Amino acid sequence: MKQYQSQLALIIALAVSLGVSLCSSSIDDYYLDIMLNVGINVLLAVSLNLVNGHTGQFSLGHAAFMAVGAYGSSIVTLEMGAAMIHVFGGHGWFAEGLTFLIALSIGGLCAAICGWMVGVPSLRLRGDYLAIVTLGFNEIIRVVLQNTSGDGPFGGALGLKGIEPYTNFFWVFATAAIAIYTISALVNSTYGRGFLAVRDDEIAGESMGVNTVRYKVIAFVTGSFFAGLAGGLYAHLRTTISPEGFNFLKSVDVVVMVILGGMGSTVGVILAAVVLTVLNEFLRDFEQYRMIVFSLLLIVMMIVRPQGLLPATVFQRRKQA
Amino acid sequence: MLEIENLEVSYGSIKALHGVSLKVPQGSIVTLIGANGAGKSTTLRAISGLIKSRSGKVKYDGEDITNLPAHKIVAKGLCHVPEGRMVFANLTVEENLRMGAYLRNDKAGVAEDLEFSFQMFPRLKERIYQAAGTMSGGEQQMLAIARAIMSKPRCLMLDEPSLGIAPMLVRSIFEQIVAINKERGITILLVEQNANLALAISKHGYVLETGNVLLEDTSEALRKNPQVREAYLGG
Amino acid sequence: MSQFIQQLLNGLFLGSIYALIALGYTMVYGVLRFINFAHGDVFMLGAFTGLYLNKLMGPILAALPWPVAILIVLVLSMAICAALGILIEWLAYRPLRDKPRLNVLITAIGVSLLIEYTGQLVFGATQQPFPAIIPKVNVGGLGGLTVTMTQVIVSVTAVALMIGLRFIVMKTKMGMAMRALSLNPTASSLMGVNNSVVISFTFGLGSALAAAGGILYASLYPSIEPFMGILPGLKAFVAAVLGGIGNIPGAALGGLIIGVTETLVAGYSDVLGIPSGYRDGVAFVILILILLFKPSGLLGKVEREKV
Repeated sequence: MKQYQSQLALIIALAVSLGVSLCSSSIDDYYLDIMLNVGINVLLAVSLNLVNGHTGQFSLGHAAFMAVGAYGSSIVTLEMGAAMIHVFGGHGWFAEGLTFLIALSIGGLCAAICGWMVGVPSLRLRGDYLAIVTLGFNEIIRVVLQNTSGDGPFGGALGLKGIEPYTNFFWVFATAAIAIYTISALVNSTYGRGFLAVRDDEIAGESMGVNTVRYKVIAFVTGSFFAGLAGGLYAHLRTTISPEGFNFLKSVDVVVMVILGGMGSTVGVILAAVVLTVLNEFLRDFEQYRMIVFSLLLIVMMIVRPQGLLPATVFQRRKQA
Repeated sequence: MLEIENLEVSYGSIKALHGVSLKVPQGSIVTLIGANGAGKSTTLRAISGLIKSRSGKVKYDGEDITNLPAHKIVAKGLCHVPEGRMVFANLTVEENLRMGAYLRNDKAGVAEDLEFSFQMFPRLKERIYQAAGTMSGGEQQMLAIARAIMSKPRCLMLDEPSLGIAPMLVRSIFEQIVAINKERGITILLVEQNANLALAISKHGYVLETGNVLLEDTSEALRKNPQVREAYLGG
Repeated sequence: MSQFIQQLLNGLFLGSIYALIALGYTMVYGVLRFINFAHGDVFMLGAFTGLYLNKLMGPILAALPWPVAILIVLVLSMAICAALGILIEWLAYRPLRDKPRLNVLITAIGVSLLIEYTGQLVFGATQQPFPAIIPKVNVGGLGGLTVTMTQVIVSVTAVALMIGLRFIVMKTKMGMAMRALSLNPTASSLMGVNNSVVISFTFGLGSALAAAGGILYASLYPSIEPFMGILPGLKAFVAAVLGGIGNIPGAALGGLIIGVTETLVAGYSDVLGIPSGYRDGVAFVILILILLFKPSGLLGKVEREKV
């Protein structure tokens, strides 16, 4: 029974999110919106945690992969959505759902391919190169999108609007549950021990025959894929997207969640994503101080408690006991 | 001149030194021998301030210098030539020697000592403008010793000066070590794997094993000690 | 042809500023082996210090001949930013000495954001005009080329600062200690070098150069805001990697190359068929190419990470 525990948890999570989704019309719109935001941020934080936490690399461009996913999936639904729905049998939950699933997957795959292209050259080198390359990639994606033509498929600086609002409770939380399941399975598998070897000591890991570059690339591509899914969900929730929405600061938001929760600790990171998203919602009036507080948090955490508020070791110890 | 009492050092939870005590009288050469991992280098590193000791005392000229930062210990005239030589690979031979004189402000004295280094090791003069990293191991060892002398130390600690060096050069380096001691009156604490050679030039010796002082005697006696002969002098 | 030379010149002027910033990245990397993310923000602070000095001492500066005025602003803002750089190192990075490099990197990102957003609060988020201390006149008109006085001052100052830096690094005791420390910190401390002092000095020196870069940049593009340091900072970092990180002449060379390439791409955007807005992407493409083909940079040596 024990070996099927995580699969069981996944099925329960999927069922619950479907159930909640079916009665979501009775939830207040404002709170539902916050919940969906929480879900998307959990997805972002968990996927970044695979890179920054489990493998000890450092990506600063998570929003860029989110952007790729958002644009990729939106272009699919905007340009081909109607045709696809027609092929799948006209309007209805099945045809729309299948269309959205395909669009999301394409967005995620585009993000994964970008992740591979960015990751391969920089992951051969030390961790701080990845930070700069991803930061640069983040800026570039923004600059390139802004400079596209306004009436082309990318919409230029104004971005895309009129995206179908397909995202609902089920899609968000089902994707988040699948991401958590996949990433945990990846990290806990014998195969995944390689990730931890990479984090704990790259040189030692290498001398024991672990191909550290390969693990780093796998982690990075997987993380990028889920960030792309988060972008697709975000686009089909907001119905408008623009290049500015995926700037460096969006990446920093996710980084803060991972660090606050504890790099490598899935539970800690999920909690941090929930708390920070809700806090952000209530601190909207203090927007100009928000980033000052975030940056001070980063500095103070690194000096006082670099392992995060809920480090992975807390949970491991409990498991052993 | 140099007195160590009950020095204890740990790396994380692993204890490397369990209370080492030794004395280096003024003007003498004292040898520290022992197998790999016995704690010889650790002892020197703790004395020179590169690592912090957990307990125990290091006294230099009667003054307590335990756990002072490394750069302050050099200023007191106690210089450490570390294992692996650690010359500045991209700096020229001359720049390396001038780095040795970093704390000195007497230009004439520095120029004089530079000349002395070249007398001591003429090979260095031939390579004065060469990047130190391009020289052979033996030449780098000469440079490391000469560089230490440039700081005008009263006591010198040498860590494995013969390691990885052609036997011919080892001989000339050891001759110079004796000369430094005799002519310049510099007290020397020598750590060596080559126990034969080290005991031949020193007065007194200590044998270290797994972080403890196992034996302590005159070098003469240590060379005759059957236990030492078997373990360190090749029977 | 003359248009090409004009673009080339413009690229060199811009590149000399990138070079000044890149030197700071490379020097700090040399002594501490980490990327000081906040370096681009010190560049921004340099420009704002210049602005406020001008507000504060406006009448005095106006009464002086302009070369003296710009010199005063330049020197004072370099000194103030040097002090800030030393303070940043002391407060944020020194407590993390001997800690994993990732922690230092995260702290540096925090410091960078802190400076930017505090700057936004203090200076305001809008663009502010930078005072024109240097008269707006053209000096060279040879063969259809235009070179403004500002451009001349920018390049002369940048070159003078780089020569000054070379002198400090190669000929002074402190410079020799910097080089020794970057090669082997253990050995330098055994020579009696107080490594902490040398690291502070390096931060001060790098920050002063960034500040000078900020003033020069603001003189060329006289509109400044709290986030102006991000892109030039990023490009200067690429310049440092291109030249070989840790290598001082490499950083200067890399800066010039990035400045020239970027200006040429923007200047010939219609010929090349790419929008001129993509100029900011040039540095990034160069970065990916170096990382793929020569990660040690043009003048750098391959370095294996030690255990």
